[in-house]
Amino acid sequence: MIRFKSSLLAPATLALMLTGGAVALAADAPVEQPKPERQSWSFYGPFGQFDQAQLQRGFQVYKEVCSSCHRLSIPFRMLEDANGPGYSEAQVKTLAASYQVVNDDPNEKGEIFKRPGTPADIFPPPDSFPNDEAAAASFGKAPPDMWLLAKARKYERGFPNFVFDIFDAYQEIGADYIYAILTGYTKPEDTQWNLYYPGHRIAMPAPLQDGQVKYTDGTAPTVSNYAKDIAAFLSWAAEPTQTERKKIGLRAMIFLIVFAGLMYFTKKRIWADLH
Amino acid sequence: MSGPSTYVPKSALGRWFESRLPIMGLMHSSFVAYPVPRNLNYFWTFGAILSFMLIAQIVTGIVLAMHYVPSATMAFQSVEHIMRDVNFGWLLRYLHSNGASMFFLAVYIHIFRGMYYGSYKAPREVLWILGVIIYLLMMATAFMGYVLPWGSMSFAGATVITNLFTAIPLVGVSVSHWLWGGYAVGDPTLNRFFALHYLLPFMIVGVVGLHVWALHVVGQNNPDGVEVKDVERDTVAFTPYATIKDMFALSVFLILYAWFVFFIPNYLLDADNSVIANPLVTPAHIVPEWYLLPFYAILRAIPNKLVGVVALFAAIALLAFLPWLDTSAVKSGKYRPLFRFFFWIFVVCCVGLGYLGSQEVTEGATLMARIFSVGYFGYLVVALPVLGLIEKTKPAPPSIADAVLAKSGVAH
Repeated sequence: MIRFKSSLLAPATLALMLTGGAVALAADAPVEQPKPERQSWSFYGPFGQFDQAQLQRGFQVYKEVCSSCHRLSIPFRMLEDANGPGYSEAQVKTLAASYQVVNDDPNEKGEIFKRPGTPADIFPPPDSFPNDEAAAASFGKAPPDMWLLAKARKYERGFPNFVFDIFDAYQEIGADYIYAILTGYTKPEDTQWNLYYPGHRIAMPAPLQDGQVKYTDGTAPTVSNYAKDIAAFLSWAAEPTQTERKKIGLRAMIFLIVFAGLMYFTKKRIWADLH
Repeated sequence: MSGPSTYVPKSALGRWFESRLPIMGLMHSSFVAYPVPRNLNYFWTFGAILSFMLIAQIVTGIVLAMHYVPSATMAFQSVEHIMRDVNFGWLLRYLHSNGASMFFLAVYIHIFRGMYYGSYKAPREVLWILGVIIYLLMMATAFMGYVLPWGSMSFAGATVITNLFTAIPLVGVSVSHWLWGGYAVGDPTLNRFFALHYLLPFMIVGVVGLHVWALHVVGQNNPDGVEVKDVERDTVAFTPYATIKDMFALSVFLILYAWFVFFIPNYLLDADNSVIANPLVTPAHIVPEWYLLPFYAILRAIPNKLVGVVALFAAIALLAFLPWLDTSAVKSGKYRPLFRFFFWIFVVCCVGLGYLGSQEVTEGATLMARIFSVGYFGYLVVALPVLGLIEKTKPAPPSIADAVLAKSGVAH
């Protein structure tokens, strides 16, 4: 089996070797690898909803910090989502217009041209990294697109936690992971050392410093707050329909429980005459 | 069990139609008058639950197919388009992806119920084998469905499973190339998987039809494993008795299903499948969906690839031979104390293999997987044949009615 796996995973091994020395370095740095801690999130559980102010702060962090390297492949219009950041139509229009996007079709002279964005456009890639290869050239690894990041990251829950998670409705693994990574740069002398990253060697140098983003709502400008806000924003971006889902879910649950109760008593009544 | 229908339509039109195509009579004899053993417990409601899940998967699947694009460049985006832009697309997709897991949960309970109560024994061998075929088709369908979102785990899963065929001597590599439609998993593979993922559920419907037909010829087994002797005393009519019981069990099952769909829809979905497939980047740790994990563990437990693949398929194929591997004349585990002991060991082996299939390969895990694999095959090919010869069984009640009366404590 080992032999067979290594043969079929040959491309993977190659890719791992190409994408930075993370694995190799892990061997000579045997530091304990803690699991991310669970944070309290407003959107946790069946009744959880996003905190609009937090999502707006998170977007601010994205725009001022993350967006210089990371794409966010969502259309501008999504920011109007009332269950999400809830920006006004005018705000989103202004925001979109401040970006230059590449038009889908060439103009009448056959030239590809750029124009100001509209709410229907998708956030354009960062100016410095028009494509993944350009990004990989400077960091050894392309910064991932952030639109699904909160769903695309995890840490091992292990037994028996993974069983409890069913009853606990724990779905914020990705958000906890992102928060942990952003607050895991605990060696100031080495900006690519991360407590929570597998092997501790992360391609992304510490992106956040206290005071870097100026919040306007009085929230303390700390790395911890930035990390929390961006993790919340990315959780929304990864699954913007989750508030609607939970609202419908509560109604569906009430219906099903009442319906099951009715079925139970009907069943008892019908079977009663048998005994 | 069900003789010629006694159904007489009330209206003149109904009688006219019935004499030309007796479909109402067929429905009536199958789902109304059909006699059901009166001692069935709630484990016998899973047939109805499974029928519901099959229909639910087909309905949600057909609507999803209207929005999904089966191409390597568009598949991943189209799934996210369904999640974000299609009205209630998220609901359809979560119903479908979690529905697959619920379908398997129900089928596993259904299968273990059959194994515990000896439902595979004469005269139900054909019924059982049809069930194994359905199970096999379900696994193929689910596997191909998992590939469609074209996430990185989809791609890795497709690569691992299709690579199994390279183990076939001489022609293995050619067979794999033929399956892929190229030299690796790619666009042609995705396209054919989509076509087959759409086709196989209808084949399942066909075999389920045969399964139900066979069931209605031989009648249901029951917790006491004694055949119906007196239809009057031993059975009740399917409607309303079994119908309402199935409805209640189904509603409870739907509560569990809804919990997953609405509150933990991503619990069973690997985070790596939210990353688009990239042949150059394989997930650090490849795991199939939970319902295939025991077989994956058996595959990994065996160092030789060909033997591993043979063991994987044997683990499923052997189930079809259960009616002949089990030599005991007594059906129900209720009256077979020694059998019960081995049965639960078998269940522990299956669950243990499932857990190990999800874990990374270590020496200890491989050793445990080997022990559990021996337990799995040992139960089927050693314990069951031998038990029938040496076991002292408890006396089964003479009839279903006697079993029911003994349970409710009423003298007769």
